[in-house]
Amino acid sequence: MNAAATSALTRTTCPYCGVGCGVIVKPLEDGGVEIGGDPDHPANFGKLCSKGSALGETLSLETRLLYPVVDGGRASWDVALDRVARGLRETIEKYGPNSVAFYLSGQLLTEDYYVANKLMKGFLGSANVDTNSRLCMASSVAGHKRAFGSDTVPGSYEDLDEADLIVFVGSNAAWCHPVLYQRMLRAKQTRGTKFVNIDPRRSANSESADLQLSLRPGTDSILFAGLLWLLVDSGEIDVQYVSKFTDNFDESLKVSRQIAGSVEQVAFVTGLAVEDVAEFYHLWASNERVVTLYSQGVNQSAQGTDKVNAIINCHLASGRIGRVGMGPFSLTGQPNAMGGREVGGLANQLAAHMGFSPEEVDRVGRFWNAPRMATQEGLKAVDMFDAIDRGEIKALWVMGTNPVVSLPRADFVRTALGKLDLFVVSENVARNDTIAAGAHVVLPAAAWGEKDGTVTNSERRISRQRAFLPMPGEVWKDWEIICNVAGRLGFENAFGFSSAAEIFREHAALSSFENGGTRDFDLGGLLNLTERSYHSLEPIQWPVNDGGFSGANRMFADGRYFTASGRARFAVIAAPELGSHTDSRYPLMLNTGRVRDQWHTMTRTGLSPRLGGHRSEPFVEINTQDAVKYGVADGGLVRLESESGAVTLRAVVTDDQQDGTIFAPIHWTDEIASHARVGALVNAKTDPFSGQPELKATPAKISPVSFPRSGFVMSRTRMAFDRESFWSWSAIDGGFACRMETDRSIEVLLETLKKLVDGPVETLQYQDEYLGIDRFALLRAGRVLAIVFLGSERASTPWAGLLPAWTSEAIGEGHRRMLLSGQLADGCAPRSATVCACFGIAGDVIENILAQPDGSLEKVGRLTRAGTNCGSCVPDMRKIMQRLAANAPVELTVA
Amino acid sequence: MSEALVVVGNGMAATRLVKELSSRALGKFSILVIGDEPRSAYNRVLLSSYLAKEIDAGSLDLLPRNWSRQAGVTYMTGSAAASIDRRAKTVLLANGKSIRYDKLVLATGSQPIRLPKPGMNLPGVVTFRDLQDVSQMIAAAKSRARAVVIGGGLLGIEAAYGLKRIGADVTLIHIMDRLMERQLDGRAAAMLKDAIERKGIDVKLSADTAFVEGEACAEAVVLTDGTRLDASLVVCAVGIRPNILLSQSVGLDTGRGVKVNDLLRTSDPHIYAIGECAEHRGVCYGLVEPAYDQANILAAHLSGKSSAAYEGSMLSTNLKVSGVSVFSAGDFEGTKGSQSIVYADTAGGVYKKLVVSGNRLTGAMLYGDATDARWYLELMRAGTDIGHIRESLAFGQGMAVRMAA
Repeated sequence: MNAAATSALTRTTCPYCGVGCGVIVKPLEDGGVEIGGDPDHPANFGKLCSKGSALGETLSLETRLLYPVVDGGRASWDVALDRVARGLRETIEKYGPNSVAFYLSGQLLTEDYYVANKLMKGFLGSANVDTNSRLCMASSVAGHKRAFGSDTVPGSYEDLDEADLIVFVGSNAAWCHPVLYQRMLRAKQTRGTKFVNIDPRRSANSESADLQLSLRPGTDSILFAGLLWLLVDSGEIDVQYVSKFTDNFDESLKVSRQIAGSVEQVAFVTGLAVEDVAEFYHLWASNERVVTLYSQGVNQSAQGTDKVNAIINCHLASGRIGRVGMGPFSLTGQPNAMGGREVGGLANQLAAHMGFSPEEVDRVGRFWNAPRMATQEGLKAVDMFDAIDRGEIKALWVMGTNPVVSLPRADFVRTALGKLDLFVVSENVARNDTIAAGAHVVLPAAAWGEKDGTVTNSERRISRQRAFLPMPGEVWKDWEIICNVAGRLGFENAFGFSSAAEIFREHAALSSFENGGTRDFDLGGLLNLTERSYHSLEPIQWPVNDGGFSGANRMFADGRYFTASGRARFAVIAAPELGSHTDSRYPLMLNTGRVRDQWHTMTRTGLSPRLGGHRSEPFVEINTQDAVKYGVADGGLVRLESESGAVTLRAVVTDDQQDGTIFAPIHWTDEIASHARVGALVNAKTDPFSGQPELKATPAKISPVSFPRSGFVMSRTRMAFDRESFWSWSAIDGGFACRMETDRSIEVLLETLKKLVDGPVETLQYQDEYLGIDRFALLRAGRVLAIVFLGSERASTPWAGLLPAWTSEAIGEGHRRMLLSGQLADGCAPRSATVCACFGIAGDVIENILAQPDGSLEKVGRLTRAGTNCGSCVPDMRKIMQRLAANAPVELTVA
Repeated sequence: MSEALVVVGNGMAATRLVKELSSRALGKFSILVIGDEPRSAYNRVLLSSYLAKEIDAGSLDLLPRNWSRQAGVTYMTGSAAASIDRRAKTVLLANGKSIRYDKLVLATGSQPIRLPKPGMNLPGVVTFRDLQDVSQMIAAAKSRARAVVIGGGLLGIEAAYGLKRIGADVTLIHIMDRLMERQLDGRAAAMLKDAIERKGIDVKLSADTAFVEGEACAEAVVLTDGTRLDASLVVCAVGIRPNILLSQSVGLDTGRGVKVNDLLRTSDPHIYAIGECAEHRGVCYGLVEPAYDQANILAAHLSGKSSAAYEGSMLSTNLKVSGVSVFSAGDFEGTKGSQSIVYADTAGGVYKKLVVSGNRLTGAMLYGDATDARWYLELMRAGTDIGHIRESLAFGQGMAVRMAA
């Protein structure tokens, strides 16, 4: 690579999950970019998953908000910011500081987070700053603090390379943290690392597990409580470590014996086989190098903190912490949830890993020179929106998150938002469900590739997100917006930042201010970064307090903890109980989660054709027995209902799901699908320590739904049809497509679409009344704007034959004539769902190769490259292979 | 010694017959063709193209110049047949000549109908049937005539289109409420009207002619509702009537046309009839396709193929109407109990309707794109079960083949 080309490259960090992969962006001559993994980044060493690989497809400006909007109309920055500042000031004057709140996001950069937190807690006088991280890892934070006295992830990704046993608890890392999972698979190949997968459902993560423990939902802590006493009984306790560095072991053990007194009792409560429990205990006891890796299945629980502590207890008791290849390890869901925790952007933290003790409030107040310090915890997410509903919070500023989709009782949240006097949203998309809930002011914020700052990943590693795109339209960086509002409120001195580096220096300075080793989070080694050294900052783990640039790989090997006593504390684990229970009205337990190729509410990944092919529709998984019981057909539609809401989803019948449980992913919004905001169903039972809602256990009922007509719609833009019908958009090259099931007539759809495309159109129509087939296309000057097929089109991507029409600006006579046949090209594109998103390889292509006598994953890789990049499709391919081997008909993904 | 075969009429049916015979059974017959028009056989279907100056007169010829000598066919053009002596098996010509035949084929065609309304015989009122009519129309158009064409069927539309192309100011009037009602359904007719109007022709529907006004020559067409349309040229294109005077006068069985059986034989076993003058199973066809079918069957029969029999033609129209391809066949309106598959690209000028009964294609109506007309006709004639290709049907044979593969 020549020097000029190298200088054009930008090294940055992926905006998706908490693995925090390094990304190299290379601008292309056509204005696009080429995305590659950064071979020098210690999180990923050059690898990227399907989502990261497709980042280049998500950079278009079509869905972006490019100017401020006030009361639904375009406004100047001056008018918009004035409205925000005036609204905040007047609300506080009238109702006091606790009548305002910020709701932030793990997508914000640390610098953005820092100024938002500083403004609210030091200058507006409230701690009502919470974040979508409350939904993600609050229980880990609480668990860490209970055990360590600090929110510290003790280990590093390196430990995953060096472990002999990796226990996954409530984690589908194969889909949700694919690059890290691939790294663990390599350890499995090279050193024979054993995998145990603890999860009520069989997921992609189960495919490579040596032991799958499909336990009853919510019983994880029993399993680990049982493990604790088993370690004692089998002599695997590190007596010296326990006695020298920990407190409360005996009490904790006593309770553990009460609730999990024998392997049989554990098996009974968890619903596992006695042998499986014994096997798990044996594996754990006999492998010193064990990492217990946990994620949302642990955190998103009414007893999430106890689950975290039950795990940590076992590591403390065996001294398996802070050393190579071992430790409890919380996998974070978001790119910068960790950064948010570091600045203290949560209602129950003050700043920089400090809380609300008078000394801490005083210390931070002096550092900030703050006029109006918050002196006590603010409202956590669920409570915050309850307070909005009750009218106690009158002004809310949401930044970079979509609570109308993601919070529990999402319909309630939507209604509550309507009661605000001032509702501000900082966003990079022009429309989302939260804005649609009635935002008064919408501020255009910079997106990935435009903003510049730092993020922290799951292993405490701070990496730079660097800009490589110009700021489009009138977009500002989040920190600029916040500082400007602060200035208008009279705090220009404290918020007169002129660069992200300047904010970072202050953040680092606060972390080391009067620290002296009393707080784990210390960036003292970075507080003198120049603009230049900040710009070129290499990924580094905190703490960095030696004046040098060498971060710490591991914590707590020395037994030094951050509790008042300086010793780790064994938590007492309560007997497990879910926040709510199924009954005759709501007989099924709804679990929620993610799919491989989508991220959160799809505002970015929903724009990528590659990523749309894997799971193109919102769905619910149910096992065969329950499907029969409730009259649900595989591939049919169902209505899911809970006490707080309802959705309509596609049913996937799979025995990966336990009896009595169902699973639905969280990604689909009103922007993308008819009626699929799963958050509307989820109940708001929260963990008593962390305030994290139990997103994974909501009693629900299911019933089949059917529509007289089915088919699909393709369009240049996503449109909202009636919400009684079923539709869900996914991206294709040049537009979007959705399957549709409806009772509307073709005339109604035609009129709706004509109105939506606005302006003169040419209409092509096909009708076979007897067969009930209706099709039409709308064109303008030969450019296809919309296509509708209704009738018997039921294949998974029945529009494959029409894809060529969308990549041209004007279709030729031949294509026009054949358009409504649905078949523009010989052989057409594949009709089954995408399995490998990195290279766009469909299931039937892979199946054909695997079905050959010498078919193998290697051969698939050789011929199609499928599975050779991020590898996250390998579990799916294995599934196909197993089914072929069992000579069963292959059920390619229905959704 | 070859048999004497005499053909009365030198139109398209007659020409197809002698061409077929000369290729099937050269030398079996000595063939004589008697035609009343002064020139060699020409393609009447192309007259409208000739009027519109899309082709020259030479392109109208049905046969190459030296064809008759090579094929051993003798032509007597410009001579009308006056009578037949069936007992003596001779044809008497208007010029007094008498010609003996072993077999006689009547292919006398039809003549245009003039409306039985006052003024229809004034100079300036023409029909649209032969080259002479076309010559008059061209002459009139040269003087930038205002033309009224009476009749919104195929011929009327072609006349209007041709006249407009060569500079006339044209109004087309039609007594029915839609154009080409025998070939098009309402939707196609409306598209056609639109297309014609876009070419600058004024179209008046439900317009009933009262009379043609004029002293020495036509000056205007007056409608029954009193509307007066200035016209120095009036083209009457309201239909045709089979030419059967000769047949009637010699006592052959006639109805609307000369009655023939499945061998195209009249009530006289030595006399056959084909083309527009023939009536087969009660039907007189007014199109070239059935005439060709009949000529082919008769040629096969005469050359000794015993199985040859004519069982009627599927009514189909496959034409270019003022530049637009139009095809219709069978039950294109869709009678009760049938099912219709409809495709429309109005802006693209394409409309198709396929009528299905009992999984068989029973009718087709194509407007703007008649590429697959022949295929549809074959499916209809063969009674093919189209169940498995039903969804491909409207998109043509290529698609159906591809999907079946």
